[in-house]
Amino acid sequence: MDILRSIGITEPVVQFMLVNAILGLSIYLTLYTGMFSLANAGFMAIGAYTGVILTQQVGLPLWAGLIGGMLLAGLIAVPIGLPVLRLRDIYLAIATIGFGEVARILILNFDTLASSILGHEVVLTEGALGIKGIPKIAETWHLILFLVVASYFIIRLHRSRFGLAMAAIRQDEQAAANMGIDVVYVKNAVFIMSAVLAAGAGVLKAHLTRTIGPNDYGFGLAVDILAFAVLGGTSTFMGPIIGGFVLTALPEVLRDFKQYRGVVNGAILLIVIVYLPGGLVNPAGWARLWRRLRRSEDTSGTLPVLWR
Amino acid sequence: MSLPFIAKFLNMNVTQQIVNAIWLGGVYSLFALGYALVFSVLGVLNLAHSAVFMWGGFIGLAAVTYLNISVWLAVPIAMVGAGLIGVLLDAVAFAPLRRRNAPRISQLISSIGASILLVSIAQLIFGTQTQRFPQGSIPNDTLQGLPFRVTPIQVIILAVSLILMALLQYLVNRTRTGQAMRAVAFNERVASLLGINANGIFRLTFFLAGALAGAAGVLYGLAYNSMTPFMGDAVALKGLTVIVLGGLGNIQGAVVGGFLVAALEVFSIAAGGSNYRDAIVFTLLFVILLFRPQGLVGQAIQNRA
Repeated sequence: MDILRSIGITEPVVQFMLVNAILGLSIYLTLYTGMFSLANAGFMAIGAYTGVILTQQVGLPLWAGLIGGMLLAGLIAVPIGLPVLRLRDIYLAIATIGFGEVARILILNFDTLASSILGHEVVLTEGALGIKGIPKIAETWHLILFLVVASYFIIRLHRSRFGLAMAAIRQDEQAAANMGIDVVYVKNAVFIMSAVLAAGAGVLKAHLTRTIGPNDYGFGLAVDILAFAVLGGTSTFMGPIIGGFVLTALPEVLRDFKQYRGVVNGAILLIVIVYLPGGLVNPAGWARLWRRLRRSEDTSGTLPVLWR
Repeated sequence: MSLPFIAKFLNMNVTQQIVNAIWLGGVYSLFALGYALVFSVLGVLNLAHSAVFMWGGFIGLAAVTYLNISVWLAVPIAMVGAGLIGVLLDAVAFAPLRRRNAPRISQLISSIGASILLVSIAQLIFGTQTQRFPQGSIPNDTLQGLPFRVTPIQVIILAVSLILMALLQYLVNRTRTGQAMRAVAFNERVASLLGINANGIFRLTFFLAGALAGAAGVLYGLAYNSMTPFMGDAVALKGLTVIVLGGLGNIQGAVVGGFLVAALEVFSIAAGGSNYRDAIVFTLLFVILLFRPQGLVGQAIQNRA
């Protein structure tokens, strides 16, 4: 532990690494099913706000806030997913970004909107200021437990018929439908699971940071979550976990570079994805990279060009 | 809430709002055209486009501040500079992945990496404080004798945007180079077999997209006269909205979408709904995606949605 702390990975950093690993898993589920959804930041916001309102203003314990936040996000995912999941690729990505933005703006204006509808003053989300003084009741072991349970769930999912259907839809949606897989059902169910995971991460994170504001959950976060999964690699569920760990720890480890931190951060992301397009957790990608490096060593000037 | 809202809507100076929407639409369209160009030729979303936009703005600012040239010359200088950054971007973030036939999503991520890199470098060079064009370099007197308020800079912004859009339209539809671009966009393999240098076309596309972003960056900077390395964030998502409204990769669509988004924004602010400005834009986007995924302009293609 001391070694970790000496390179800048303190306990709060570990906690954020765990949160981001959960977020990585949430987008992994949709990517694994071939859906390019960027709605996770929006669901995270819904979870965080619901959870905080339940714990801070209603006075319920953390687990109740967690369940409440996850439940509401899952419920909202149903009417969003049904129309939106008919879209594909970049169209789905942009529609889901649109959902995230609308959710964020509604949270931002919730108090004024509710006040004008109900006719008396409502203070729930506190507008652009955000909610402050949230009890810091989430602990590292909560996060570890949540991540372990989510991982176990995903492992079991992969081995189930449902998991096979998810993979089949990713590989060829038309063929999957022809084999009798209920594509609409599977896609929507996965979208809901992804929303629930993101909301869980949102509730837990809100009880670590102690303040939340609508602007924490914008386009930037949606893109960051995608980066966790893609940098880590989406061929196994370990990828997004490692991706979340690495991308969260990196800025802290690079603290000593101070003003060059952003440059080094961007450069590392760029280099990793260019040399390992399949992500960090992808043995085939490493093998290919290794072969390329070795080949360039072996053949540099040893054989005439004609012989190669 | 609804009654004063409507009253305000009826009371506002509609001509003035139309004028505001038109020049702002020019900037949005220019910016979105670069997105659309790259998407139509390469089929990838370039998330570093907003960083190139910001660089264009700062190159123009540096040219005006240090070379003491007029604001109008700053536009072509920023275009060339940002165009070259676009080419560099292609070489660093896109070309290596293209060569390896990597999935499109990794190109998206590499463009995010490039975007972080470009913004951080700008932070190192220009600092994080708001920068302005030197006093007196922007003509700011309102034009006289018109029934609405408009500054010379707003007229110039519209003129420059329209000229650049017309030039782009001409280049893509009327020249041999444009024909080659369209061929590569349609099918890169076949185009290559027919002797078109596909990589050259990709580089050219990135140069053009960068130049358009650069022009948009300078004009945006001139219009608001406040620039930070993060100014791209304000337009990044808007540009995406614009090209989806217009139909992804559709050049006329990007222009229509740009003016539409600007009009929606300007009118919702004027009607007192500035808090819901983006919500209105995105709800429209949502509805259009569901009912007309091919965009407002353009024909349906089966595999799009």
